Amino acid sequence: MAERSFKKEVQQLRIGAGQEFRGEGILAVTKGLLQSGVGYVAGYQGSPISHLMDVLADAQDILEELDVHFEASASEATAAATLAASVMYPIRGAVTWKSTVGTNVASDALANLASGGVTGGALIVVGEDYGEGSSIMQERTHAFAMKSQIWLLDPRPNLESMVKAVEDGFQLSEASNTPVMLQLRIRSCHVHGRFIARDNRRPAMTLSQALAQPVRDTSRIVLPPASFLHEHEKVESRWPAAVDYIRSNGLNEVFDGDEQSLGLILQGGLYNGVIRALQLLGLADTFGNSRIPLYVMNVTYPVVDEEIRDFCRNRKAVLLLEEGQPDYIAQNLHSILRQAGSDTTLHGKDMLPMAGEYTTAVMRDGIQKFLAAHAPALLQRVAEAPAPPNLRETVVARDKGDAPPPSVVPRKPPEMVAASLAGVVPPRPPGFCTGCPERPVFAALTLAQEKLGEHHIACDIGCHLFSILPPFNLGATTMGYGLGASSAAAFNVPSSKRPISIMGDGGFWHNGLASGIGNAVFNKYDGVIIIVDNYYSAATGGQDILSSRASNRHRSTNNPIETAVRGVGVKWVRTLDRTYDVAKARNTIEEALTTAEKGPKVIIAQSECMLNRQRREKPLFRQAVKGGKRVVRQRFGVDPDVCSGDHACIRLSGCPSLTIKDSGDPLKEDPIAYVDNTCVGCGNCGEVADAAVLCPSFYRADVIHNPSRWDQWKAGMRRRVIGYLQARRQAQLNEYAL
Amino acid sequence: MNAAAGATPGVRFHAGTPIKIAILAMGGQGGGVLADWVVDMAEHAGWWAQTTSVPGVAQRTGATVYYVELLPEGAVQAAGRPPALAMMPTPGDVDVVLAAELMEGGRAIQRGFVTPERTTLITSSHRSYAVAEKAAHGNGIADSNAVLEAGSEAARRFICLDLQAMAEEAGSVISASLFGALAGSEAIPFVRDDFEQTVRRAGLGVEASLGAFASAFEAARAAPHAPPRLESERSTPEVPLQASHPRVQALLDDLRQNFPQQAQSMMVAGLRRTLAFQDLRYAQEYMEHMHALRDLDARFGGAPKHWALTVAAARYVAVAMAYDDVIRVADLKTRGSRFERVREETRAESAQIVYATEYMHPRLEEVCGAMPARLGRAIENSAFMQRMLSPLFRKGRYVKSGSLRGFLLLYCLAGMRRFRRGTLRHQVEQRSLRQWLEQIYDTVHHDYDLAVELVNCRRLVKGYSDTHERGASKYQRLGLAASHLLGQPDAAAQLKALREAALADSKGEKLDQMMAQALSSAST
Repeated sequence: MAERSFKKEVQQLRIGAGQEFRGEGILAVTKGLLQSGVGYVAGYQGSPISHLMDVLADAQDILEELDVHFEASASEATAAATLAASVMYPIRGAVTWKSTVGTNVASDALANLASGGVTGGALIVVGEDYGEGSSIMQERTHAFAMKSQIWLLDPRPNLESMVKAVEDGFQLSEASNTPVMLQLRIRSCHVHGRFIARDNRRPAMTLSQALAQPVRDTSRIVLPPASFLHEHEKVESRWPAAVDYIRSNGLNEVFDGDEQSLGLILQGGLYNGVIRALQLLGLADTFGNSRIPLYVMNVTYPVVDEEIRDFCRNRKAVLLLEEGQPDYIAQNLHSILRQAGSDTTLHGKDMLPMAGEYTTAVMRDGIQKFLAAHAPALLQRVAEAPAPPNLRETVVARDKGDAPPPSVVPRKPPEMVAASLAGVVPPRPPGFCTGCPERPVFAALTLAQEKLGEHHIACDIGCHLFSILPPFNLGATTMGYGLGASSAAAFNVPSSKRPISIMGDGGFWHNGLASGIGNAVFNKYDGVIIIVDNYYSAATGGQDILSSRASNRHRSTNNPIETAVRGVGVKWVRTLDRTYDVAKARNTIEEALTTAEKGPKVIIAQSECMLNRQRREKPLFRQAVKGGKRVVRQRFGVDPDVCSGDHACIRLSGCPSLTIKDSGDPLKEDPIAYVDNTCVGCGNCGEVADAAVLCPSFYRADVIHNPSRWDQWKAGMRRRVIGYLQARRQAQLNEYAL
Repeated sequence: MNAAAGATPGVRFHAGTPIKIAILAMGGQGGGVLADWVVDMAEHAGWWAQTTSVPGVAQRTGATVYYVELLPEGAVQAAGRPPALAMMPTPGDVDVVLAAELMEGGRAIQRGFVTPERTTLITSSHRSYAVAEKAAHGNGIADSNAVLEAGSEAARRFICLDLQAMAEEAGSVISASLFGALAGSEAIPFVRDDFEQTVRRAGLGVEASLGAFASAFEAARAAPHAPPRLESERSTPEVPLQASHPRVQALLDDLRQNFPQQAQSMMVAGLRRTLAFQDLRYAQEYMEHMHALRDLDARFGGAPKHWALTVAAARYVAVAMAYDDVIRVADLKTRGSRFERVREETRAESAQIVYATEYMHPRLEEVCGAMPARLGRAIENSAFMQRMLSPLFRKGRYVKSGSLRGFLLLYCLAGMRRFRRGTLRHQVEQRSLRQWLEQIYDTVHHDYDLAVELVNCRRLVKGYSDTHERGASKYQRLGLAASHLLGQPDAAAQLKALREAALADSKGEKLDQMMAQALSSAST
């Protein structure tokens, strides 16, 4: 069960021609797939396209009605290889994943797919995780498109253009026998907008029809001599076919303006930002009407030489807005213009930053530089535009002409106010959720290290990577999803300390079983591998995987990790079925680090992701309370007079619900620990206080809802005795009270 | 903006500037829900609406931004083509900023989203502390007033209310009260009914959401133009006139007559602590220590220095005397007021029954400490006894303080107070207290300010078990440093710097490093 349900939203996928669709970008892309008569869809979750996978999973019934097959792939490599179904058969297929990390994983299959080419349209929807909010290395998918010759679409970020790009993508793919990538930026995936829908289409040929009548053609298989021919085919027939299709169908767009001597060339995905930047400079309106002509590359690869030459003809200077580095498009344009003998000046990363996200402000500043160099008079309008005052002042000062003076602001300038908060506003990186079952694993690891010294710790990708941040500060490297164990492979040498590596259940099934565990067994690796099993692919939004405990109508779950690990030959395996038992986890880790037994030591630490567990249990609990059933709610607390305000418990936890407050005691200067009402009673803080022998401040409160008669009788008895003694002691205290 | 076209007929600009709203929240606060509400409300009122976000891993309690732009549908129709709305907020170009926590409001200001000409800044005044603030060894809490001041400078209008409390009171979440504050601010052209209908359409917890909405709506309408500063001064106890018992009254009279005004309040807290910790005689001992210190203070020029030594000692002598031992913990855990507090904190209703389970983990050291001094020391010094007994204390004890057995155990333990003066722990603490007082006495003869700093170093001794030992070890190192620094012109400032360094990490690595530097320069 995924974190977010789209059961309600997916009903919009059924709407027909002429009806208006309103919703999120990824939902619109799904609708685009159905309108294109896609035959099968596969993929692997990960922000920003996790929701696309969730939408597809929730839309399973609708897909089945249309004879569309959907698979949640084991990895991006699996997803890419799935497109092989479109090699021989005229069936449209689409796959999706997070890029560039997913594209890295898929690249072997992608290269083979691109070499042989496709018959049915093959569309790869990549969620580009770049810029603010990104969780991965900042690289470009563009490089993969170029190296394997896969066409790359980067549509304008509105639903209409994105849906059109899906439909165009399939047609372009079929027209040129080449797979096509549709690049969706992080915000486009989640943008709320609208478009006019068309009818869904069934696939022209279904997968079962193809299976019934198999076709083979050895010229499509990557094996010499065919592979040499493929390369020629790519440049001699597929490329020209693609260019023809792009040109004749107007996939790229020109928006004319009245400053004919200048122009902007931009990736489609940057369009809305460029329009806003121009607006801030007084050179465009909200609807995309711009004084400067624009050439919008909805297809960023291949570049259509003729279109570039046409756009640049008779222009003095052109600015290219290309996000990310290296500046592949700029290099390409320079080559085109030089070969054409054009004297148009091409600006790009000389006026814009080479690296980093092209935010509206960055592009505004770049365009301003460009105009200041080539048409300073145009910047007069800046004073009328809704731009920040500091921008106005600089421009007005430089133009020194008849523009009105900047308005006098009687307060501190915004930069100074912002600067006054440096060192005040604390950083707030993501972290483990309240009650997360991974927190006690890292508390245990911290305690084990306190005893046995610091070790080399190799991390993986997943929620557990938050261990590298405060308060745990554990982990030296992260090499990729499921590569935790592999990334400690070199340390398979005798030493006084064993290496430790971490892997999540998601990464384990993604590839860690073979690349990490299998490799460790085969090479007689002597280190410790901790597999964190939280029952889901949690970091990507709680999707089911092989070892998930839920029963899923469409998938096989409940396949234990321990069985798999033993199956590839690990002898030393310990399964902790309640991670919150910090002392046991610490002892197990210590045992793994010190045992005389050779070979990989695998610890499987399993407890359910608290986010998912709460979603499952809370409604049931509420229902039980309402129904008058006896249920017990647990939460933790700290006695303020016992707590001394040292915060050692927080340094071993970082739980959002374990916080601090003023002690209210004049003798205690420092704030004391305090458990707020978001506590879910996981028990971690109490167990940590016990395992680390911290302090006796923690208590667990059991609140009995709808107590039984027996409960009430017992409570009454206890109250009488305890109440009497408490009153007695209070009377003693009161005697000398002040 | 620029409704009239320029000189060239090619391009005609159309009227229509969107309303721009940025929402800053932490993952799990419902920033996405709020953004969706704004969109839904706008679309139902005939507006074109767009929202974007970067959920990613930031949804796991990290800081994140949602962004909404709204444009009247009429403007879109007049223009004849859909708008190209921005995907992210631009510094200096935001009309409304909604922040679901005070420091996130600060972050919005830092990122330049809040400008005096344009921006209505609505932020909740409550704090959700970041890990860095919570994990500090001392007090790491960021200065809320810095954000309040910056907000008043940066925003056109600044509304700062405890929206979290309003939400909780109504049994709802902060997105509902933020929505209410947005409505009450009248920063965007929608009426209260538009807002409320949106909440109803969402269909989940409607009544609670509307309750939170309503209180935030009213509060925002009544909000002052600039929010007042938060009072960060901690309240100190008032000095009472009357005590319950004539002998306590005698102590009180002594305090009122013989001690400087500045120290009296803290001394009341000290008296209360020592009385509750042990007995009247113990409180009298406290007064004796304080008398000695006050005399010392008077002799070495305390009066012009606002009696700094006496004031500092009033707190730390009491803290040192009322150390945390098992007897005190058992006492605090069994009080009637404590049982009430647990009920309150868990928000239990009257029909519900609440039991607390105490997470105790006494080590052999603590148990020996509670024994008669000779016996305790004999066990501590015997390797055989250590070996025999320590396995008993390897595991924690979870005591159900609401059951008769658990309660009686703790109650009897608390009753051991009458034997406390004979325990090993008391001896150890008394010796430590004496040594400290002696060192203060020696130091103040040469350097008054250094003596005050030395008193303040006692702040480091706190906690239990290992934590207590680490703190005590740091405190001892500081005591050593103080004796080495004696005679240096800036000894007090140096000791203060060392004391702050001691709070930088658990083991005192920074302290050691700085001490090595300070002492090497002291010896040359």
